[in-house]
Amino acid sequence: MSILVIAEHDNSSLKPATLNTITAAQSIGGDIDLLIAGADCGGAANEATKVSGIGRVLVADNPAYGHRLAENIAPLIAEVGASYSHILAPATTTGKNIIPRVAALLDVQAISDISSVESADTFKRPIYAGNIIATVQSSDSIKVLTVRTTAFDAVSAEGGTASIEALTSIHNSGNSSFIGEELAVSERPELTAARVVISGGRGMASSDNFQLLEKLADKLGGAVGASRAAVDAGFVPNDMQVGQTGKIVAPDLYIAVGISGAIQHLAGMKDSKVIVAINKDEEAPIFQMADYGLVADLFDVVPELNTKL
Amino acid sequence: MKVLVAVKRVVDYNVKVRPTADGSGVDLNNVKMSINPFCEIAVEEAVRLKEKDPATEIVAVSIGPQQAQEQIRTSLALGADRGILIKSDTDLEPLAIAKCLKAICDQESPDLILMGKQSIDGDNNQTGQMLGALTGYPQGTFASELIVEGGKAKVTREVDGGLQTVGLSLPAIVTTDLRLNEPRYASLPNIMKAKKKPLDTTSPEELGIDTTPRVTTLKVEPPPERAAGIKVADVDDLLYKLKNEAKVIS
Ligand SMILES: Cc1cc2nc3c(=O)[nH]c(=O)nc-3n(C[C@H](O)[C@H](O)[C@H](O)COP(=O)(O)OP(=O)(O)OC[C@H]3O[C@@H](n4cnc5c(N)ncnc54)[C@H](O)[C@@H]3O)c2cc1C
Ligand SMILES: Cc1cc2nc3c(=O)[nH]c(=O)nc-3n(C[C@H](O)[C@H](O)[C@H](O)COP(=O)(O)OP(=O)(O)OC[C@H]3O[C@@H](n4cnc5c(N)ncnc54)[C@H](O)[C@@H]3O)c2cc1C
Repeated sequence: MSILVIAEHDNSSLKPATLNTITAAQSIGGDIDLLIAGADCGGAANEATKVSGIGRVLVADNPAYGHRLAENIAPLIAEVGASYSHILAPATTTGKNIIPRVAALLDVQAISDISSVESADTFKRPIYAGNIIATVQSSDSIKVLTVRTTAFDAVSAEGGTASIEALTSIHNSGNSSFIGEELAVSERPELTAARVVISGGRGMASSDNFQLLEKLADKLGGAVGASRAAVDAGFVPNDMQVGQTGKIVAPDLYIAVGISGAIQHLAGMKDSKVIVAINKDEEAPIFQMADYGLVADLFDVVPELNTKL
Repeated sequence: MKVLVAVKRVVDYNVKVRPTADGSGVDLNNVKMSINPFCEIAVEEAVRLKEKDPATEIVAVSIGPQQAQEQIRTSLALGADRGILIKSDTDLEPLAIAKCLKAICDQESPDLILMGKQSIDGDNNQTGQMLGALTGYPQGTFASELIVEGGKAKVTREVDGGLQTVGLSLPAIVTTDLRLNEPRYASLPNIMKAKKKPLDTTSPEELGIDTTPRVTTLKVEPPPERAAGIKVADVDDLLYKLKNEAKVIS
């Protein structure tokens, strides 16, 4: 078996999601190559050669791939990937945007968001907001998969000795262009990779009050997340949403503050190791999910936590 | 301008589904079915485009059983002009759905195809991107803002790090995220009017689509249950337990 893993990177460095995806590839078994498509992406490519478990790093370095537009990258991956048995990418917004387009170019039914590898053609994946786990088997000759990164450990970013191979093929569809981006800058760890996540819901009542959670996150070395209600109310930006249609997190410690526990929210955090809920309504469904529940007003207990930690 | 909107009939988002006793599928007996929330947002966006440019025609298409007519009628009541049902009694995979939609694109030549980013049952998040590959059209997925102007679409996308804006030449495919808009409710007169709007029926066979499944569901099961936890008395109790029992803070 030969597996092509699509790297998640920002041209200068590799994103941790790549390392979890390689573990998923290792549980399928076979030779693993990593594809880096970007512009001026030498930094990411060099990091990639050190990652353990990789044979070759294939680098497509061209302005057409700079912003990872699906119209340009999907044909590249379909071309390179056609000789592999498996193509894997992390189920990030980049992976989800590109991989189905690759699959259709190869006339393959992709499998989204796998949470376990049962064999080379059989995988588990959550459906219905995680209320059902389906075991599915693919009969396509190439398996095209996105990987739920929280379900797989990361391989070591060090110790590998992969070779670099430059790809010269350029696909530039010309029908899409990058206009701009607004990316959040944060000193805190990335939400999907943080060991501790503190999320706030509608109960936070305002954007300013999220500073309470930021302070707590800094004390615990964690990241801050939110429910959809908090995002819709404009308290925090969309990239902080945890849930079925937001980010999937599985930290060692998840603290839900002023969040009721709708199934769409639970879908994004219920695989956390330890869940703490702080809510003033003792009937809130989040308590059925929480290892430790504290029925209290968040405006009393979060400041108290901040002083006592 | 012509806008094609794909709408899917799914289990209502308030329903908590369970596997059937034999684990072969999901128990959908007597559960409430609705239009997929993301598809409803797609219909709303199409209607808003039409409000700006009354010459716009909106065609709502669904692939599903006869009852998927209900979701097409809902779309018509919200403001779509006509509907197409591609009747299929088996659940089709996203690739097959995308092939059906491609066939409709060939017949209808829309300028814009609006779809949900994901269905809340299959959670695949694939169909729009696949249709992009099959038609060669550009795609703006996970859209939170859409501006159509001068033969181009400007789409703001919700991505992991924040927001990204792309420009697409038409025809283009746009898949909706939750914050693109808030769908209106259909008024009673509009629901009545929708009953008289045209709704054609075809099938994958008539469209010449091979829908043979590529992926077989071997088993479905509930996720592992979390053991019920405990209530703690106060902040001190919580911190003590997190340190000494769960050992997640030091
Ligand atoms: C298609 C679809 C997709 C969705 N995807 C997501 C998703 O990805 N993520 C997501 O989170 N949601 C999602 N939702 C929305 C979800 O259904 C809920 O509406 C949302 O999670 C509710 O957020 P909340 O818990 O913050 O708000 P609420 O349900 O309003 O709960 C607020 C809670 O705060 C408590 N509270 C208020 N004040 C205080 C106080 N002072 N101290 C302590 N507690 C207090 C209240 O008791 C209450 O329990 C989705 C919905 C749909 C239809
Ligand atoms: C337990 C279970 C087992 C299943 N087993 C199989 C199986 O063995 N074989 C099989 O072929 N399928 C099977 N299915 C069905 C399959 O998983 C999905 O329902 C189907 O592939 C569509 O995927 P999706 O709706 O998640 O697509 P997504 O890509 O998430 O949908 C995105 C958007 O595409 C459009 N769209 C999607 N479907 C339609 C539609 N029908 N009509 C109009 N627009 C649409 C909508 O705009 C939608 O918002 C199974 C489903 C379940 C729940």
